[in-house]
Amino acid sequence: MAATTAAPAAPQRRLGRLERAALQGVIVRELVNYSSFWRSSSFASTVEPTIYMLAFGFGFGSLVSTVAGYDYIDFVGTGIVATTVLFAGAFPAMYSTFVKYSFQHTYDAILAAPVDTEELVTAETLWIGARTGTFGCVPMLVAIAFGLDPSWGMLLVPPIAALAGLGWAGFGIFVAARARAIESFAYWQTGLLTPMFLVAGTFFPLGELPGWAQALGNANPLFHCVELVRHAVFGFEGWVDAWHAAFLLTFALVAWRLAIRYMERRLIL
Amino acid sequence: MELAIRLRGVVKRFGSLTAVDGLDLDVPAGTCVGLLGPNGAGKSTLMKALTAQVIPDEGELEVLGYRLPGDSKQARAEMGVVPQLDNLDVSLSVEHNLLVFAHLYRVPARERRAAIDRALALARLTDRRRSKVDELSGGMRRRLLIVRALLHRPRLLLLDEPTVGLDPQVRQELWALIDLLRSEGVSILMSTHYIEEAERLCDRVTIMSHGQAVAVGPPRELIAEHAGPEAIEVYGPPARLAEVEGMAEARGWRTRRTGTSVSVLHANGAADLEGERRVTNLEDVFVLLTGEEIA
Repeated sequence: MAATTAAPAAPQRRLGRLERAALQGVIVRELVNYSSFWRSSSFASTVEPTIYMLAFGFGFGSLVSTVAGYDYIDFVGTGIVATTVLFAGAFPAMYSTFVKYSFQHTYDAILAAPVDTEELVTAETLWIGARTGTFGCVPMLVAIAFGLDPSWGMLLVPPIAALAGLGWAGFGIFVAARARAIESFAYWQTGLLTPMFLVAGTFFPLGELPGWAQALGNANPLFHCVELVRHAVFGFEGWVDAWHAAFLLTFALVAWRLAIRYMERRLIL
Repeated sequence: MELAIRLRGVVKRFGSLTAVDGLDLDVPAGTCVGLLGPNGAGKSTLMKALTAQVIPDEGELEVLGYRLPGDSKQARAEMGVVPQLDNLDVSLSVEHNLLVFAHLYRVPARERRAAIDRALALARLTDRRRSKVDELSGGMRRRLLIVRALLHRPRLLLLDEPTVGLDPQVRQELWALIDLLRSEGVSILMSTHYIEEAERLCDRVTIMSHGQAVAVGPPRELIAEHAGPEAIEVYGPPARLAEVEGMAEARGWRTRRTGTSVSVLHANGAADLEGERRVTNLEDVFVLLTGEEIA
């Protein structure tokens, strides 16, 4: 008797890449988890940048009243949106990704269900992007309370923050996928993220820095996010802002694909 | 014969280690097949290959008629997987763990509630539905892990060491559950290193050693073929045991050391051999074929 394998119960549509059902499954997991952690996770992501803003705004703001033509509190209040996006995007992506595949084996369980690595990473990235889009607005709202004038352009801040957040999420997942131990995050944090955080035009304009530092700033996604947010709030400046948006979009796409590639190497043996 | 799983010549290497070394395996639809082997025999690697979390270097894999790894997602949609390592979300409630997997397994929205309730009842966790997973006992967690894989009524269930580390009583409860599923027509592939588990639950077993299948068949047939109907277990000081081994070898019988005794196999009717007569079991077969004791 010839051995034949069991035919599928009914002829099925071949499942495609990046299916909605798979993305939704992963995001539901995050939502259910978030419903029990939202306090601590929102606190870390929003209060820290707010503290930075108030410290710089009042501390430094008492020395200089205007920077680059803006009131200093307005300058920092808009710039710090990008910092919030970094904190709420890269760090949760790095740590929670590492914990989920390394300690909790959550990804083993998810990949045994009809979900591929590409869908898993995409869903995690989208979720973090959506969260950063929301958290990014918090320091701006605080700045409004301290005298920043509301403007229609502020409505564009959530999508800008979400776009930058997608990039940082992909970056964080990529870092986690390459890490052998959670301690190695220190290299990325101290060696890359801290300098980026300082040389982004958040607390002081890059225009006063030497040429090489300005060039580095131009390669920094955080700088492009700072500029785009500031211009959304105070008025766009045409092609310059198209360039900032294009940079953030490219950053998000490259980080997304890198995250998928390295997670596949990590999860599929 | 309809096959739920069909493997031909599967090879998987990790650097210089060949974890699976030319393995053939059939799981006929509706049967329970046991994978028996010591640690490092390649059982877990094989299990991961069936969900495409391990991609073999050579060979053919078909699961529920789907070719792997290309069509693995379709296969995963119709099978359930119970991993060896508990990967429940410990900070979530029992119910939320099931809810997440009802989504991941694409249970339609209108059926989700019923699927979760059915799983809770099957795991006898209905009154613990709001408990956090880290408040559950080991046995409860394992039951939850199993029913989590059943939410979408899979046609095939993979169980990787389903009862490892559990009390004997809890283990028997799980056996009853697994037997129930088999009676409902679910195809099951179960890896284990508990011989008794394989003997009780499996229609067929594949004994694995060093990444290869060294024997395949129903437990009783394997026992009859490789160990004979009766073993004579001889106790004594080391010198006596060595003497018995020498005599057995001279007469063409096989022996295995079992701690403080020597079991002599195929020695039916050897009236001159003093010792305890006992029924042979799968463990005798296992040790004879793999040369390894069960951990």
